[in-house]
Amino acid sequence: MAKRKTPMLDELEKGRWPSFVSDIKQEAEAREKTKVDLQTPREACDDLLGLMELSYEDKVGHWKHGGIVGVFGYGGGVIGRYCDQPEQFPGIRDFHTMRVNQPSSYFYTTEYLRQVCELWERRGSGLTNMHGSTGDIILLGTTTPQLEEVFWELTHNLKQDLGGSGSNLRTPNCCIGKARCEYACYDTQHLCHSLTMEYQDELHRPAFPYKFKFKFDGCPNGCVASIARADMSVIGTWRDDIRIDQEAVGAYVGGEFKPNAGAHSGRDWGPFDIEKEVIDLCPTHCMAWDGNKLKINNKECIRCMHCIDTMPRALRIGKDTGASILFGAKAPILEGAQMSTLTIPFMKVEEPYDEIKELIEKVWDWWAEEGRNRERLGELMQRQGFGKFLEVCGLKADPRMIHEPRSNPYIFWKEEDVAGGWERDIKEFRKKHQK
Amino acid sequence: MGYDPSNPMKDRITDVGPRNYEEFLPPIIKRNFGKWLYHEILEPGVLVHVSETGEKVYTVRVGGCRLMSVQHIREICDIADKHCDGHVRWTTRNNVEFMVDDEAKLKPLMEDLEKRKFAGGSNKFPRGGTGAGLTNIVHTQGWIHCHTPAIDASGVVKCVMDELYDDFQNMRFPAQVRISLACCLNMCGAVHCSDIAILGIHRKPPMVDHENLGNMCEIPLAVAACPTGAIKPATVDGKKSVAVNNERCMFCGNCFTMCPSMPLADEEGSGVAILVGGKLSNRIKPPMFSKVVVPFLPNEPPRWPQTVLAIKKILYTYMEDARKYERLGNWAERIGWERFFEKTGLPFTAHLIDDYRFAYTTWRTSTQFKF
Repeated sequence: MAKRKTPMLDELEKGRWPSFVSDIKQEAEAREKTKVDLQTPREACDDLLGLMELSYEDKVGHWKHGGIVGVFGYGGGVIGRYCDQPEQFPGIRDFHTMRVNQPSSYFYTTEYLRQVCELWERRGSGLTNMHGSTGDIILLGTTTPQLEEVFWELTHNLKQDLGGSGSNLRTPNCCIGKARCEYACYDTQHLCHSLTMEYQDELHRPAFPYKFKFKFDGCPNGCVASIARADMSVIGTWRDDIRIDQEAVGAYVGGEFKPNAGAHSGRDWGPFDIEKEVIDLCPTHCMAWDGNKLKINNKECIRCMHCIDTMPRALRIGKDTGASILFGAKAPILEGAQMSTLTIPFMKVEEPYDEIKELIEKVWDWWAEEGRNRERLGELMQRQGFGKFLEVCGLKADPRMIHEPRSNPYIFWKEEDVAGGWERDIKEFRKKHQK
Repeated sequence: MGYDPSNPMKDRITDVGPRNYEEFLPPIIKRNFGKWLYHEILEPGVLVHVSETGEKVYTVRVGGCRLMSVQHIREICDIADKHCDGHVRWTTRNNVEFMVDDEAKLKPLMEDLEKRKFAGGSNKFPRGGTGAGLTNIVHTQGWIHCHTPAIDASGVVKCVMDELYDDFQNMRFPAQVRISLACCLNMCGAVHCSDIAILGIHRKPPMVDHENLGNMCEIPLAVAACPTGAIKPATVDGKKSVAVNNERCMFCGNCFTMCPSMPLADEEGSGVAILVGGKLSNRIKPPMFSKVVVPFLPNEPPRWPQTVLAIKKILYTYMEDARKYERLGNWAERIGWERFFEKTGLPFTAHLIDDYRFAYTTWRTSTQFKF
């Protein structure tokens, strides 16, 4: 076996943080010894380390551009990849990634994970990403003939589908939600799973101008980063009062409960000072503490979560919960990075989610029709204007949708909104105004 | 029967989606779903959630490499089988969480995790990543699997986490610190909204393979891929190709994404930019983009010392100077960017002044500044 020396990668076995190099080496060793009937090159992991070492020497990567592979029936789910030194590293000549749609918020049984491992050891490189940034389980590296075999076993034996890639709905993702968080304002896992199932066709067969992502955050803390990383961001909130347990507030003030659940306990920040740490930091200054009782003027609260985050045992989200819906986040390419823009300040989130589906489909209809090749929704919103976006969504403009009103006076009016319309006769004008 | 290549559509199953998460929830999670009252961080890496039913679930969070082998996943399964009745989960920052339903099960689990090391000596399951500390670095493929990177991902992350390891296991920052890495401007992941972001950039225009471009690329797509309009169709030696106006190119690499005949990665040209001050929670202040504060550092495999040093400078200046609950970006804004550069000792150069489209809004249109 052509095992290349890897002096630079060996350096990365040192230090305390778990070493991916040590882990790949342990997989390489296991492949060397295993009695499993391997369907892909035995030396795949060794060759991958060899190629990485070469990249470290050259300070440039060694994968060829692109690669179009997949499984019949789908237009995405597999990222093709070919090494640019196939003679030197035949074990990773073709080294494709398969995206496997993860369960909502990444809870697993070991039984399931072991099935995935068994399949991937035999038919892939034995390497994974747990997980890709969008959410998928990433099976890292297999050969073209194995793609259908893996897909067959995934669907038939594991009852498990691929995730998305290409110009389509990508794999949706959510925070942990009600499973283990007291801040969750709606069931993020259920909504995530339901919409993933509802839009399987849009996920597997690219029909859009470009990619489209859903992400579901249970509250404005944003643990799945939906506001930055999804074309459609659903963020939980409430519209009634924050629930206050005055006795528990007293326990914070008295030092019995640790502020922010003990998040700052690695350093001495002095005793908890409710005025300094909560009242004065409230962005709208809608809170007051009279030494006995905490008051919140809920009408002025913007639900930023700070007071709740800081005193989780004393303050709870309201009971009339739902979500805000924002659209258009994306990374810089092409027109610059965007975060999602508030479009629906509040919507109840209840099964079977008809209202939310209706909204999604209106947005998709518009974007599919009007979006240019490789134009993200956020860019179309910029190009055609937020006003147009509201029109296609059937929504009325609302001051909650803006940071501030426009400062330039370059205002478009529709002809029908202007008395007399736009058809005018210069001769009529001249009757009153000489040249 | 397995897959039959001569009859590929026979017995094909499609559109079944992910497995239903409900199958995988630990019993204590299922029983208390939506009933959680409050939580506490007992120590770095250890959480307890208390339900209105009175039940408690204890969570131990450990660092994960993201890139992991099936051997490693099986070891995670062994631990979960031994201590957690066969249940485990991952977080949105690629840490691993083991949950137990009884405080008595906590110590044996932690001790078990602590003693496991890789052959090279690194810890397999470092406990931490909670509260006002440093957690895992969200990152991308780098040289391990992508064709457009300017830097490696896994290697740089390992170097930074080794240096900042103590802060993964501590909670002494003013607020949580999110570091992320993207190996090119596509910014897969969270680089544009992180407290500290490591970004791969190029500094040389693409080379054009005129010989093959016409056959390999859809020229209008390559032209449309350029944010600055630096590419136009051209005929070179009788072949259809493109011409790049080097003066207008800012090396984003998007034309290469669309056209394999325009590679631009380079040993000396490509390297690291560092951005700071982004966040995406709505706590106190609204979400913010990260801003570029180091325009370029070279690729220095295997340990990237200059990158690591710059990050340490930023992080520990912030730690000393910021107020409790203040995220890095809010601190920099409060003290002013002129003071940020002074305190961190980072040089300020013209590269950091925006010149793309509506750049004007980032210039200082006031007399309010600090000497």
